[in-house]
Amino acid sequence: MKRFAFIGALTAATFAAGFASAGTLDDVKAKGFLQCGVATGVVGFATADANGRWDGFDVSVCRAVAAAIFGDGDAVKFTPLSSKNRFTALSSGEVDMLARNTTWTFSRDVELKFNFVGVNYYDGQGFMVPKALGVTSAKDLDGATVCIQTGTTTELNLADFFRKNGISYEPVPIETNNEAIQQYIAGACDAYTTDASGLASARATFENPKDHIILPEIVSKEPLGPLVRHGDDQWMDVVRWTLNALIEAEEYGVTSANLAELAKGTDNPEINRLLGTEGNLGEMLGLSADWAQKAIAVGGNYAEIFERNIGENTPIGLSRGLNAQWTDGGLLYSPPFR
Amino acid sequence: MTALSDPPKEGFRLGMLIYDSRYRSMTIQVAALVGFIALAIWLVSNTAANLAALDKSLGFGFLMEPAGYDINQTLLEYSSRDTHLRASLLGLLNTLLVAAMGCITATIVGVIIGVLRLSHNWLVARLMTVYVELFRNVPVLLWIVLIMAVSIETLPQPRDFRGDNPAATMKVFDSVAVTNRGLYVPEPLFSRSLGNTHLLGESSLRFDVSNDLIVILIALFGGIYAAHRVRVRADRIQAQTGLRPTTWWQRLGLITGPTIVVLIALGFHLGYPALKGFNFSGGTYMRNSLLALWLALSLYTAAFIAEIVRSGINAISKGQSEAAAALGLRQRRIMSLVILPQAMRVIIPPLISQYLNLTKNSSLAIAVGYMDITGTLGGITLNQTGRELETIMMLMLVYLGISLSISFVMNWYNDRVKLKER
Amino acid sequence: MKTESYVRTEMLGEKSPPATTVGLIGWVRENLFNGWFNSILSVLSALALFFVLEDILPWIWRGTWTGTSLQNCREVIQATYGEGVTAACWSVIGDRYHQLLFGFYPSELYWRPILAFVGLLVALSPVLFTSMPRKFLWFSAVYPFLCFWLLWGGSVWLPLSALAGFVLGYLAFGSVGKAAGNLAAVIAAILVPVLWWLFLAGNVASGLESFIPLELQHVESAKFGGFMLSVTIGVTGIALSLPIGILLALGRQSDLLILKSMCVGFIEFIRGVPLITLLFVASTLLNIFLPPGTQFDIILRVIIMVTLFASAYMAEVIRGGLAALPKGQYEAADSLGLDYWQAQRLIIMPQALKISIPSIVSTFIGLFKDTTLVSIIALLDPIGMSNTIRSDTDWNGIVWELYGFTAMIFFIFCFSMSRYSMYLERKLQTGHR
Repeated sequence: MKRFAFIGALTAATFAAGFASAGTLDDVKAKGFLQCGVATGVVGFATADANGRWDGFDVSVCRAVAAAIFGDGDAVKFTPLSSKNRFTALSSGEVDMLARNTTWTFSRDVELKFNFVGVNYYDGQGFMVPKALGVTSAKDLDGATVCIQTGTTTELNLADFFRKNGISYEPVPIETNNEAIQQYIAGACDAYTTDASGLASARATFENPKDHIILPEIVSKEPLGPLVRHGDDQWMDVVRWTLNALIEAEEYGVTSANLAELAKGTDNPEINRLLGTEGNLGEMLGLSADWAQKAIAVGGNYAEIFERNIGENTPIGLSRGLNAQWTDGGLLYSPPFR
Repeated sequence: MTALSDPPKEGFRLGMLIYDSRYRSMTIQVAALVGFIALAIWLVSNTAANLAALDKSLGFGFLMEPAGYDINQTLLEYSSRDTHLRASLLGLLNTLLVAAMGCITATIVGVIIGVLRLSHNWLVARLMTVYVELFRNVPVLLWIVLIMAVSIETLPQPRDFRGDNPAATMKVFDSVAVTNRGLYVPEPLFSRSLGNTHLLGESSLRFDVSNDLIVILIALFGGIYAAHRVRVRADRIQAQTGLRPTTWWQRLGLITGPTIVVLIALGFHLGYPALKGFNFSGGTYMRNSLLALWLALSLYTAAFIAEIVRSGINAISKGQSEAAAALGLRQRRIMSLVILPQAMRVIIPPLISQYLNLTKNSSLAIAVGYMDITGTLGGITLNQTGRELETIMMLMLVYLGISLSISFVMNWYNDRVKLKER
Repeated sequence: MKTESYVRTEMLGEKSPPATTVGLIGWVRENLFNGWFNSILSVLSALALFFVLEDILPWIWRGTWTGTSLQNCREVIQATYGEGVTAACWSVIGDRYHQLLFGFYPSELYWRPILAFVGLLVALSPVLFTSMPRKFLWFSAVYPFLCFWLLWGGSVWLPLSALAGFVLGYLAFGSVGKAAGNLAAVIAAILVPVLWWLFLAGNVASGLESFIPLELQHVESAKFGGFMLSVTIGVTGIALSLPIGILLALGRQSDLLILKSMCVGFIEFIRGVPLITLLFVASTLLNIFLPPGTQFDIILRVIIMVTLFASAYMAEVIRGGLAALPKGQYEAADSLGLDYWQAQRLIIMPQALKISIPSIVSTFIGLFKDTTLVSIIALLDPIGMSNTIRSDTDWNGIVWELYGFTAMIFFIFCFSMSRYSMYLERKLQTGHR
């Protein structure tokens, strides 16, 4: 009997999806919230607290996009996705965008038909080993047992690295990050490999972080970024430029603290264009003029988001490294707002 | 007047399709068939439309591309340059391996526990009840992850074996190492090995057959057959003369002799595992993911089999055991000669479905990282190629094939042991 | 009369049995040390019990409820029991038990799932316990709609208009049946509600809503999690699979070859594949099979696949019930001149269903346990939720406490259900003798 009650709900859901073709931005505006795909739980990047509120570095990007559209960083719903169903969820329209530490690769961009809007974290795959092993280079890991998380680019990089160097290893594929760490700590594997940021955040939660070292080799490039479906350029622009706005804000010193003051107008036309007091960039995107102000207001600029979630004062303690502004020798480089 | 006794002569009317029971069943079936075909067409056209919208095409070419990932426990040789097809095949073999091992241990443990639950020993019977209830009422996935966690946390790691005063030592005359990575046991080696026969060339399905193993098996089975002939001869002599010649030493010699000779000729010796570098090397080993999965599936299914065995035994009327007792049989012989053979007939049908359940539950290997077919074809291959439709369909067909073969074989067995009624 | 002195005239008083066969000692000898084999077994099991409990009990008992994070827990325990002692950190349960039970359901609305659960028990009671008054069945019939409304919220008129479809169908069956015969009545009873749901129900519901707004705060299914999710999936799966299972079982038993082979094909296919592959279908493929643009959330998709899964098993259970009915029942129904559906409705099904209740309960237990598999497709059931909790920096690295808590709750649910099913089996057995 319950079936028909559900059919009612289903038809409602079907009708709601009836205007799915109208363009994602219009859909999102009509729904009144943004549906964002995130990881089921990666320390510092996407976690849910005791009240069920999602937070983290990736989550902040979703909140910024929601704020750019609605002026409200909470007008977003999160769908936790596994590495298996994340791409299907995005391509089938279940989520509007994906911010789930996903590596930008050729085949994902071209074959799986996604658009990576940019890079919010430049990462690379590294190795962590207990100090007691006396290993100083990943090339010393001949015959070692290595824990990896499955369903990612990590296992392919790992196979390639060991093959290239002609050394053997034994992979231990594990479904989730937490279980991989558990096995590593118990000594069921000699090394744990994942993105360097993941290694640092994992090490931060250990009982004795000092007993573990991260090896110098970075065996792959892992540009992590938010992505959207092919074929909706307007929506891609919204997400891309929201991310750029966060980066640009840091470059020009716009923070959540001085935002209100700078929004009154400054002598710097670049800041004025960014904050919407000059020009009509927001209108071009199909958003309000102060879209970037709202996006920055919710979690601050890129630096603030970084420091709050994964920066050196958090338990994760990542330094900016490659993720510093280009002016500071990093790779973050937002195209100009004009 | 004749018209009264004749049945009314009617031609075929359309209404008869519904109201005449001769045609109605046909109508219903045709309607059902049409509905089914319409549903199938609808699904296929939806799929085609959606795939077109996603700009994807259906195809199995990806199976021939290099997989790119490694598998830690394989029954055949494999490298990351092999194809996805071969990775799937190895996954399938791993599934079959854990399913077969699980079914055997689950049956043994289940029968023991089922019998012990009926024991007169208060403590043992209660303990077995606790065991059965504990395992039956907690999800198997939870058992798998729990047993995996126990093995990881409580067993020693390889580096504990190192040093002058190691925290852990090898068991059974220094030949077996139990670690939290797996179980290392000695392997059979042949110093005058005959090598391998390489079959199916370089294709994805290639495999090696050990010539040593073939020779040993030929010797063993030849010996068994010869021993059988000796026994038949002894039977004949007994039937003719009433005296049975003593043949056990002949038969023992015939069975073991050729095998031992072949083993010596091949230079059989054991290769012991030894700690080298990060891990034990030498010997053969079983990863703890396989161990945990095997143990969890066996213990979980054993709880159900125990219940089946218990109710099977209870289904045998008390008169049977009383009659056997009256014949002077001891308790354990009553069980093995009278009760169990009869109970088997009640036990086997539900046992088949437990075997099927175990095989299907082995797909939870993904939770502990054992690379079965769900982990290779339905896991990494799916993730790396993005071919959800093809891989999941293949996965389902493979499991369907396994299930149907198991139930086919077991039903055939069941028919054979069934009571032949007159 | 001479008394025969060698015959005792009064009975001797009963001697008490030897001390070794009565009381505690007798019991121990009889039940534990009866023969060498039993003695060895007893000693071995006592030892095994001791070794298992020796480690676990202090760990549980010494656990702390006051820590604020795993690190803090360890410090508290070391401070209390000294260096090197490990014990449980129960404070993670204290901190997060509501997420393990309800997921991300808004905490001020917890009364709704709780009320729905209590309602479920009430609605099931007339089905499960025959001594309950029959009038409660009315509540059972209305309950699914009430439950839907309580859990998901939204306007009350949506479930009510869905319910109205059944009432309309029933009325159509009655009125058309009198006017135009049985078959037309069946067609009308199917057609009228379908038309109602497709074209009118939505408008009527929204119309009524604008007149008399009566709604609960809407909660989307993405917020469902923990045991609430398991129970929702399990119960809806079983409830929905019952009618489908009955139809499949009847189809499998029927003489119509095409119909029969279709039913057999469906049942054997579903029973031949693991649930996890069906869940993969739900999470990655179902949207591809439906018309382009169709979109509904993952929990509904999972419920659909779980329902298909359960209905195949339900069909086999009901087939067992049908097979257990004596042939005389079918013949008696025929001899009364009942047609197929009348016979099924009035005679066969009520009996067959009654016999199958214990097996239905065990199917439910199995399905309820299998709902943990949804954690593999990233739904936040108790196991999936444990993973999310562990990714919080405070609780990173915690294992046993979360699994133990989850296992305990599953045990309580499933054990009580299996006890109920055994009770019922006993009762049914006496009924047959």
